[in-house]
Parts: sequence; structure tokens; C-alpha cells
Amino acid sequence: MAQDIIIDIRNVSKHFDGKVILEDINLQIRKGEFVTFLGPSGCGKTTLLKIIGGFKEPDQGSIYLNGKDLTGVPPYERPLNTVFQRYALFPHLDVYENIAFGLKLKNVPDKEIDKRVRKMLKLVSLTDYEQRDVDSLSGGQQQRVAIARALANSPQVLLLDEPLSALDRKMRLDMQIELKEMHDKLGITFIYVTHDQEEALTLSDRIIVINEGRIQQTGTPADIYNEPCNSFVANFIGDSNILNGTMIRDRKVNFIGHDFDCIDEGFGENTPVDVVVRPEDIYIMNRNDSCQFNGVVRSCTFKGVHYEMFVDTEEGYEMQIQDYNAFEPGTEVGMLIKPQDIQVMKKDCVCNSFDAEVLDENHVTFLGGRFECKIPREFKAGDTVCASVAFDKVGLMDYADEGELVGRVRFPLYKGDHYHLEIVTAGEALIYADTQEVYDNRDLVAISIAPKDIKISAKK
Amino acid sequence: MKKLLCKTYLAILLLLLYAPIIFIGVFSFTESKVLGNWTGFSTELYENLFFEAGSGNGLLRAIENTFIIALAAAFASTILGTVAAMGLKNLKGYKRRAMQFMNNIPMINPDIITGVSLFLLFLFLHVTQGYVSVILAHITFCTPYVVLSVMPQLIQMEPNTYEVALDLGARPSQALWKVVIPQLKGGMISGFILAFTMSLDDFAVTFFTRGTIGLETLSTYIYADARKGGLTPELRPLMTLIFLVVLILLLVRNIRINRNTTKAKA
Repeated sequence: MAQDIIIDIRNVSKHFDGKVILEDINLQIRKGEFVTFLGPSGCGKTTLLKIIGGFKEPDQGSIYLNGKDLTGVPPYERPLNTVFQRYALFPHLDVYENIAFGLKLKNVPDKEIDKRVRKMLKLVSLTDYEQRDVDSLSGGQQQRVAIARALANSPQVLLLDEPLSALDRKMRLDMQIELKEMHDKLGITFIYVTHDQEEALTLSDRIIVINEGRIQQTGTPADIYNEPCNSFVANFIGDSNILNGTMIRDRKVNFIGHDFDCIDEGFGENTPVDVVVRPEDIYIMNRNDSCQFNGVVRSCTFKGVHYEMFVDTEEGYEMQIQDYNAFEPGTEVGMLIKPQDIQVMKKDCVCNSFDAEVLDENHVTFLGGRFECKIPREFKAGDTVCASVAFDKVGLMDYADEGELVGRVRFPLYKGDHYHLEIVTAGEALIYADTQEVYDNRDLVAISIAPKDIKISAKK
Repeated sequence: MKKLLCKTYLAILLLLLYAPIIFIGVFSFTESKVLGNWTGFSTELYENLFFEAGSGNGLLRAIENTFIIALAAAFASTILGTVAAMGLKNLKGYKRRAMQFMNNIPMINPDIITGVSLFLLFLFLHVTQGYVSVILAHITFCTPYVVLSVMPQLIQMEPNTYEVALDLGARPSQALWKVVIPQLKGGMISGFILAFTMSLDDFAVTFFTRGTIGLETLSTYIYADARKGGLTPELRPLMTLIFLVVLILLLVRNIRINRNTTKAKA
């Protein structure tokens, strides 16, 4: 097993301008694997790839290639090659010379170079294009040359940084198939970076979902899709209904006001959880006795293969449903979810709790803001305490002077009947808030909390 | 009618612009000592220029000096300017704008001020006044032009070109010589031509920085000659030739730029 590992990423961290880009990344990549780093833009996936390629040095941690530490080894001495997002072909060289560039630097005999270049041209289906000017090629052809140029050096690992993002959709799908075929034929390790979940699901043996510089989940495409481990992954990969629920006991979960059988165990009794149901896993039908819950269709859109419907349930939740049959808006329908299609996930936290300092009889300070609240008698000014605020008690205001704190919305998540937001304060602290209002990523909000909603307790 | 008017106007304008040069050019083909007297067609002045060097060795020396200085200054400022452009390109935001602004100042600064201030600087630093000081001075005012002509090509270049070369196994120096410089070549050549012509026709800066050892370039020679009373007749064919050289260089530069832009568009 151990000698099977080609790339070993150990405790890699990277900070820039006081911001965390990567935080303690640990990952092992096997020989011949097709691994994809998947995440939204700015999540750190490209930085991780550049660290592997040697273009950036991590602040902490190391990359090992076949057990050898690569720290301090410059890119031109690493047996890895990269296909960049912008292909950056050399315009002063023709197609042949572009592909031969790396081999010429290594002083490979001309005959050998010729053989190798022709093989590469054949691999990317560009035979007869040797003498062409690279500027005369289409985007897809340029990308093929870039891939051939990287592969001509026979790297042990090929790094691909969103290589298909500049191509149009049809070309992208074709190239995905070709990349997969190349990988199977060559048997070398591919590390692929993308923000396109569909691409990741299509290509990869294994997907590494990254967000905010941390690995969220690692697994096969099917694992990631069917069993997302947190609401971020569930929301990022595919469409999903993410809902608040309560695990009543093993194999029994309550959400959207109903009890459902499920197959998850080990969460304890009456534990708050997140529940994920994929839109294609909800059965929709005319009302009958077998339905678990009822609702009225609000909208129905034809999506090619299926219809996408939004249904308001009797309990006031909005469910996204995909089905081959269409139900007109206004139709009263019944719905059913099978136990194996319910994915139960542990909640990261159920309540905001902050380290706070008591200022006087009725004021505390936390996250750099000053809040009024009722303070139990046993605490005096100067004591460090724990202040907790329920998600739905965090008041969001539009203007900075209306609140005690200002923050930016990140990762708004629709939970059937409300939005769950992460708010990053100026001091990089996180506050979670539940709200009915619609906020966009990066919206600026002011936070105010009513005195009665701040609960003060002893610090654990 | 309107079109005809436009064309006539343009023709008159161009004629007025080029009249002095045409005038010199025409009268370079006659022997007369006084400019403006046509004494019949003759190429004697051209022969004198090349074989007898007109009135003594002074003129030939001046031509030689001019070209040595222009070549040295253009060569050095091409290297300096290219490196500076690369540095500028890697700056971000206000730093880049500030540096670009500073780069533009020497170009609009009057020559006389550049000349006097360089003269004082060289005096202060005890730089030998002569070849060295003139070449250094010319490098100073030529470099910004090279920066300006290399910059567009740098911006056109894919931003990760250098990284790609490293990735393919090139050492930093190889990446520079085999990938970056070839892509900037066009801008560097036109920068060189521009610097060469700027140096060639400079008078004010040269006049102040040449010192007292009697270093003459064409411009200072002509100036001195004119003050002595009447231009040496051999200067007429010389000026005609220099004009043609500069014209050809500028044509070459413009054709190169045109070719690059059409290539970039295709």
C-alpha cells in the first residue's frame, strides 16, 4: 500500500496577507489515480496545485513524491508537468516545436524527439498539424497542443488547472472523454482542478472537495454525490434539498414536520441534524394513502430529460423535485421519500457560541462588538464567559450603524423554509444566522442581537 | 468638389512640412557653395563627402562619433528598458501607475533641462566628460522610449508563459532566452530603432554633456559650422542621407507594428 502512494501531501498550510488559503491539508494520491480538486473559486484548490507543481512554497508542511521531500525543488527539476488554464503556447514556435520544447531542453536526440512528438500528436489527434502556427489553431486544438506539450516530457504526474474552462460546452464534453481515454491509455497520475462539479463527477476516480482552504470530503464520485458529509458538499455537488431535522432515534428522523424511516444510526436520540434529499429521489404523484406528505405544485419547468418542480408542502416547506412526469402548477400532489434516499449529516454546530468578556452588570463584549444583555449574578466585570445566540435570533440589518458588528455573507444555504447564512466578521470570526430574507454571497450586513437573546454561561 | 478641396489642402500641408528637406535634397545635387544657387547638376558634393571628407577630417569624425554613440546608447537602453518593462508589468495597482508616470516624465521634459541637469550631475560625480558622459546621457533619455515600445508586447504575452517554460524543464535563464525574449523581440527591435533615431538627432543633451575635449557629433558639428558663417556645402548631401536612413528605419518599425497587430487580430 505505502509504495503505491506517488504524492503525499503532509500538513500543508498557506497564508497570504493574514488570510488562510490552505489549512493543514493532508492527502495521499495513488499511482495512476485520476484525482480532482473540486471547490468554488478562491477555495485554495489552484494554490494547492501550484504548490505541488513547485510554483509556490507552502508556509508549513511538505509534498513528497515517491517518498522524497520536494521542498525547495524548483519546478524545472520536478518530474511533473502542468496544463494551465490559459494554454500559454509559445507563439514564436510552431506546433511541432512547442511539443518538442521540453525534450530539446533535456538534450534528447533529434530522432527520439521526432518519434515522441509524432506519438503525442497522434495521442491528441493532431497528426498533420506539425508545421501549423499555433495562433491559427482553434481553442480546442490549442488545448490539445498544451496537453501534448506537457505529456511529451513523460511526467510521473500530470497536473491540470481547469484546462477546459475556456472551451465551449460541446467541445468541453468531447475533451472530457478524450482526457479520460488518455488517462486510461497512459496510466499516469492525473491531478485535475475544477470548479465544475459535473466535470469532476465525470472524470475522477476520486474527488477532493475543498472549501475555505480545508478538505471537506474525499471519496469516489458516487460517495460524494450520494453521501455528502456536510451541507456545503451537498449544496455544491448537484441539486439538493437541505433541511433541518431531528434524529429521533436510530433509523428514525423528523424533518419538514414528518417522521421518516431512514438507514442512519449512531447520532443519538433527539439530536439536531441536517438532512439532504436529492430532487430526483422524491417521488411525486397524485394524492393517495401511500404518500408521506402533501403539497401544491408552485412551478414546473421542462429541463430536457426531466421536469423540475417546486412544491410547497402543507407545513410550509419548499421542496425541489425532479421527475419524468409533469404536474401543472396548482396541482395538489402527494410525495414519498424512501429510507435509503435520506442522507443524514451531523450539524457543525447548533448555536453560535463566543468567548465573551463581562464589561459591567448588563454589557458584554465579543468579536469586537459591545452588546447589552442580562448577566447572571455570579459573573463580575472582567470575567470571561460564554455567550450563546440561537441562529434565528441573529438580527441582520442593512446599514452599518444599525448593528454592533459588520460582516460579509458567505455561503447562503436554502433550507426549505429559511436561509442559513455564514457571516464573516471583520475579525475573520464566523456567525451563523437563519433568516427569511434573501442575501447574496459577499453582501455586507450589520448584526444586532436583542438583549434577551444573548445567553451567558460559564466558560467550559 | 469638397473632396478635391480636402485633398489640395492636405497636399499643400505636406508640401510645406517637407519643403525644407526637399529643398536640401535638391540642392545637394549642385556644386554651388551658397545654398539656393543652382549651378547645374553634379554629384561632386557626394563624392567629396565620401572621398575627401569635405573640409578636413572634422566632419567624418563627427559622423563616426554620432553613429558609435547612437549604437551604444540604443543597445544599452534596449536592455535596460526591456528589464524595466518586465519589472513594471509585475507591479500592481498604484505602484505601477506611479512608475509609468515617472517613466513618461523624461520624455516630455525639455531637452535643455535634461542636458543641463545631467551636466551638473556628471560634474558632481566626477564622470569624465566625453564619450562616456554623452553615451550615459543618451541612455537616460532613450530608455523610457524602449519601455513604451516593449510594454504592449509584454501585456500581450500570456501571463504564465514563464511558469510554463519552467514547468517544461527550462531553467530561469533558459526560460528568459528561449521563451520570453523571442516573444518580446518585436518590441525590443522597434524600441532599439526609436532609441537609435532619438540619439542620432539629439543636440541639446549632447551639447551640455560632451565636455571640453572637443568631442563633436553631427549636430554639434553643424551648429559650430553654421556659426562660423555659412554651412559647409557637403552637409547638404549628408543631411539628405541621414533623413533617408531615419525614414527607412521608421518605415521598418511601422511595418513591423502593423504586421504584429494584424497577426494579433487574426
